[in-house]
Amino acid sequence: MENLVKSLELKVGVWKDSINVHDFVLQNLKSYEGDASFLVGPSYKTTQLWNVCKESLLKERQNDGCLAIDTEVISNITSFGPGYIQKENETIVGLQTDELLKRAMKPFGGIKLVQSAVAEKGLKVSDRVVDIFNYAKNHNQAVFDAYDGEIKTFRSKHVLTGLPDNYARGRIIGDFRRVALYGIDRLIAEKKSDKGKVSGDMTDAKVRLREEIAEQINALQDMKKMALSYGIDISKPATNAQEAVQFTYLGYLSAVKEQDGAAMSLGNVSSFLDVYIQNDIEAGIIDEEQAQEYIDQFVMKLRLVRHLRPGAYDAIFGGDPTWVTEAIGGQFHDGRTKVTKTSFRFLQTLYNLGASPEPNLTVLWSENLPQGFKDFCAQVSIDTSSLQYENDDLMRDNRGSDDYGIACCVSYQEIGKSIQHFGARANLPKALLLSLNGGREESEGVQVVGGISEMDDEVLDYDTVMKSFKKTLAEVARVYAKSMYIIHYMHDKYYYERAQMSLIDSNPKIDIAYGAAGISIIADSLSAIKYAKVTPVRNEFGLTIDFNIEGDFPKFGNDDDRVDDIAKEVTKIFIDELRKHKTYKNSTPTLSLLTITSNVMYGSNTGATPDGRKAGEAFAPGANPMHGRDENGAIASLNSVSKLNYNDAQDGISYTFTMVPKSLGNNLEEQVGNLTTTLDAYFGRNAHHLNVNVLNKETLLDAYNHPENYPQLTIRVSGYAVNFVRLSKAHQLEVISRTFHSTM
Amino acid sequence: MYFPEQDTHLLNESEIDLLRIHSLETFGTHDGPGIRMVVFVQGCQFRCLYCQNPDSIDIHGGTLVTVDELVSKAVKQKAYFGKKGGVTVSGGEPLLQRAKLIHFFDRLHENGINTCLDSNGRVLDDHTKELLDRTDLLLLDVKHINPEWHKKLTSLNNATTLKIAEHRESTGKPMWLRYVFVPGWTDQEEYLHEWAKHFSGYKTIERVEIIPFHQLGKHKWELMNMQYALAETPSPTTEALENAKAIFSQYLDNVTIK
Repeated sequence: MENLVKSLELKVGVWKDSINVHDFVLQNLKSYEGDASFLVGPSYKTTQLWNVCKESLLKERQNDGCLAIDTEVISNITSFGPGYIQKENETIVGLQTDELLKRAMKPFGGIKLVQSAVAEKGLKVSDRVVDIFNYAKNHNQAVFDAYDGEIKTFRSKHVLTGLPDNYARGRIIGDFRRVALYGIDRLIAEKKSDKGKVSGDMTDAKVRLREEIAEQINALQDMKKMALSYGIDISKPATNAQEAVQFTYLGYLSAVKEQDGAAMSLGNVSSFLDVYIQNDIEAGIIDEEQAQEYIDQFVMKLRLVRHLRPGAYDAIFGGDPTWVTEAIGGQFHDGRTKVTKTSFRFLQTLYNLGASPEPNLTVLWSENLPQGFKDFCAQVSIDTSSLQYENDDLMRDNRGSDDYGIACCVSYQEIGKSIQHFGARANLPKALLLSLNGGREESEGVQVVGGISEMDDEVLDYDTVMKSFKKTLAEVARVYAKSMYIIHYMHDKYYYERAQMSLIDSNPKIDIAYGAAGISIIADSLSAIKYAKVTPVRNEFGLTIDFNIEGDFPKFGNDDDRVDDIAKEVTKIFIDELRKHKTYKNSTPTLSLLTITSNVMYGSNTGATPDGRKAGEAFAPGANPMHGRDENGAIASLNSVSKLNYNDAQDGISYTFTMVPKSLGNNLEEQVGNLTTTLDAYFGRNAHHLNVNVLNKETLLDAYNHPENYPQLTIRVSGYAVNFVRLSKAHQLEVISRTFHSTM
Repeated sequence: MYFPEQDTHLLNESEIDLLRIHSLETFGTHDGPGIRMVVFVQGCQFRCLYCQNPDSIDIHGGTLVTVDELVSKAVKQKAYFGKKGGVTVSGGEPLLQRAKLIHFFDRLHENGINTCLDSNGRVLDDHTKELLDRTDLLLLDVKHINPEWHKKLTSLNNATTLKIAEHRESTGKPMWLRYVFVPGWTDQEEYLHEWAKHFSGYKTIERVEIIPFHQLGKHKWELMNMQYALAETPSPTTEALENAKAIFSQYLDNVTIK
């Protein structure tokens, strides 16, 4: 041990005196400008271990997607003893429970949800746990205590949907690197000092903060205990590569033992870990195979993260995702690249362990990334369809930090300095229909929004519709803001993320991440009203049930400013409305154009729209053009999406792009060249996000019919990736129906 | 002959700003290097038995678009062309509208966009030469080396095509040769040797592409109610393609199978 300690030579900076991982990375990271030729395959131990996992994963799939549930224990950082896959082959250890893929109950988000998830699997929550909640309150219960009638109506009528009021909000990224860099004792000392500084006359905010920091300190102490149960002492800083990886993972593991947030990102650990790995390699302590083994085994563990979810959850978050999102690459403000050999090693796991949706590997793309890295990313995309890309040049410039991760799917979050409160999304097409129906919901006529005049026009007039729509959006924003205030207030109170928060500065900046679904339907609908002749078909109650459209109109996805500008305008109107309202803890409103897989559910709950979309038909995912309407090819489609203004949608603008391999070029070399050129061009136009799928429709159809042959087939959906065969059949069909850009 | 001969002069000599096109492709990756906007023009004098786009033969078909419109479309896509890509004009047969294309290529060059011409080499006159001067890369389809077979296959001879190759070589500007490999029609070993040997001294040939015949165009023949002579012709085997590649490679560098 003594010589290992000596071997770790680190440049000292302000990171020594204060908690500042960013500075550590800035001082010590060694950029790698080369290509992928140094990479190696999986070690013997890794292969052995992954074979065991694959068997269990198969059993899990055969068992309706859930292998086992512990119905006795309320899961927290220390509630389960150590769990192993195959101890002798594990270089990096730690499982959420004491058994591989066994799911645990985290009922403080909502005991009812846990009960129904357990009941769906034919089991029963233990009497003891049920009884505890006869005395203890949970988040779900508290939110509904505070909701008013208006919010309940917006929610039940599907104007506001998927709200984190009956599940955990997630999205808060702990700076898990801190565990490795500082060790727990130092972190506790800093937190104690922070708490001491919250003094003087008390206010609500100060009391709350003091209690929160106390909770964080408890969490840090629990992390130490949990690590010790594996025989690992994390009280002091990591001294070598293996410890750095292990400690970082134990930090993350603590979070997912205690919380089941919808999305629990990892952050941006790869290049941080590279400092230790590079050091050990240079010191001759480890070789490339050992380095890759650490990363393979770390990533393997991340692939095994599971949460207990009821079936209904699948409608909004299909395919059992966990969003262990890791941001890889990007540049420093000073022009150096953050790409290291370990950036490559993370991507290499997709070969060593096969394709996989998790961890959600996200490449921070910059024009100035080393060509060798760009080429490797493109190759991995072509081979595995497991990567997504985000515009590093845009986010660094627009948001300010060069040390950030991606919360959930696509959202920028400065690591350790800021967090976000997740806001699910509003259904914009539903809002448009409210504005055409005097504020009444289009299916049953329930009055949702007041003060909207009935519209009995034969033919819809653009200006009249816009006026009514703006008024409706203002009302949606008002109720939406109110619901978010309540949700996050209660989440902090009843299901506080003490593990993640203990690894974040004590009083972080907060974004409140609102969302909007159906932007392409809105753009096309308003375009139809403006450029064609749209006549509503109304039923006996005066509610629109369909629309007759005469004449053609410009459609989003064809690089036509007439309609693309409408999409931009509505986005701006909505965020401007949201910005008018008070927020919990003075958070800053942001907006995403993202749907996860809820685009199918939104569609089924939304009547016919003026763009010709029939009632019940799925929305396009995220900011995608509607399926099949982008008739002018891939570039026109990319250009339309890239026009949406990131300033108005700082939580992210998601575009899922699917190409047939042959259409990218004749051979792998050409395909790689053309994909990197495409990414450079798309992001060069200030676009924000791109999911890249490179696959044939036939493959998906075959997997639909013969799922057993495609256990690891991975596809990108909206901001994340899924195992195709773990999607519901409805979601699978929706994916198959999407536009495949092809030259044939 | 499956489609009557037509007087193609009008196509070249009518309004200079209007091109008659069959279709546009915005993410072309198979007609020249990089990502390209591919303009498929309308009208062709060849009557290739394996034609994939028989609907592009009729000089009265397709649609008229202005050069302005095409240039502005290309400019919008320029970022995606990167360092290698650009615009390819294919067909139909682009040389039938050579005078207009001179103008089009000039406009593309003014906007810094690379130009590529995919041609069967049917016409060689001063306009053709001017156009080739403005063509950054010529993709020349030499469909058969034997004049009689060429005629059987395309209804016309290959003399002008070979002259265009010669002309291109004399200008020192780059070209790729393309060869559609059709079992029973273009797979005779002696002619493969002769084809490649013919070009063996050329210095401007950067690449040779062997394009395997496929049946994806079949439905278009059926739609147009025309007799399709190759309805029963199979796609070539990998072995046959590799063999052709080996023969070509005896005389030429950088032979690839598409």
